[in-house]
Amino acid sequence: MSQSYNRGLIEDFGRWREFSAGMWAWVFHKFTGWVLVGYLFTHIAVLSTALSGAAAYTGTIQTLEGLLVVRILEVGLLAVAVFHILNGLRLLMIDLGIGLESQDKSFYASLILTGAITVASVPTFIAGAF
Amino acid sequence: MAERYSSFRPGGRRWLWQRITAAFLAVVLSFHFFLLHFVYHADEVTFALSSARMESWTYYSLMILFLITATFHGVNGVYNALINQGLTGTKQTIVKWTLVVASAILIVQGVRTANAWAGISIL
Repeated sequence: MSQSYNRGLIEDFGRWREFSAGMWAWVFHKFTGWVLVGYLFTHIAVLSTALSGAAAYTGTIQTLEGLLVVRILEVGLLAVAVFHILNGLRLLMIDLGIGLESQDKSFYASLILTGAITVASVPTFIAGAF
Repeated sequence: MAERYSSFRPGGRRWLWQRITAAFLAVVLSFHFFLLHFVYHADEVTFALSSARMESWTYYSLMILFLITATFHGVNGVYNALINQGLTGTKQTIVKWTLVVASAILIVQGVRTANAWAGISIL
C-alpha cells in the first residue's frame, strides 16, 4: 500500500547514501529532464540556421555531424532520452496505481533496457564519423 | 512500504498536463529519434530533405504540436522542480514569467524554422 510521509526537501543530496531505488529514479529522471530541456533550446537554435538559407543549414548540420564528439554526444542524448521515456512510462503507470509495489524492479528494468537500446544504437549513430 | 517520489502535487492541473504531454511525447519523441537516426541518418541531413518532409501538412502539424508539447513539458518540469526546491513569492513570479517568455521565444523560433522548410512566409 502507498504511504505518504514527510521527506523534507527532496533535493537534500547529502542523504544520498540513504536513497532507495525510487529516489534514484527520481534523481535520474530530474537530471535527464534538465539535459533534455537544455538540448531542446540548443536544438532549435542550431536548426534556426535554416532561416539563413539552404547552404547555411546544410553546411552547419554536416559540419557538426562530421565531428566525432558530436556523434558521441548524440549517443549520450539517446541514452538520456530513452531513460526519460522509459522511466516516464513507469511514472505514468505508478500514477495510475499500477506497479507501485514493484517500482524498484521497474526502475532496474528501465536502466537495463536503456543500456541495451543505447549500446545497440551505437553503430548507427557513429556510422560515417571516421 | 512503497513511497511516491514526485516534484508535482498529485491531482493538480500542472501534474495532469505534465502526464498528458508525457504520454504524447513518449510516442512522438521515439518516432522523431527513429525517423531521423535510423530511417534517415543524421550525417545525410540537407535543407532539401528537411523541406521535403516539412512540406507534408501531416508532418508539419505533428512537428508543431511536438514543439509546443515538448516546450510545455520541459518548462513545466523545470518550474515544478524549482518549486519543489523551495521557490516561493516574488522569485517564483519572476521565474514563472521568465520561463513563459523563454517558451514563447522558443516556439516562435521553432515555427519560423518549420515555415522556412515548408516554404510558408507568414511568420
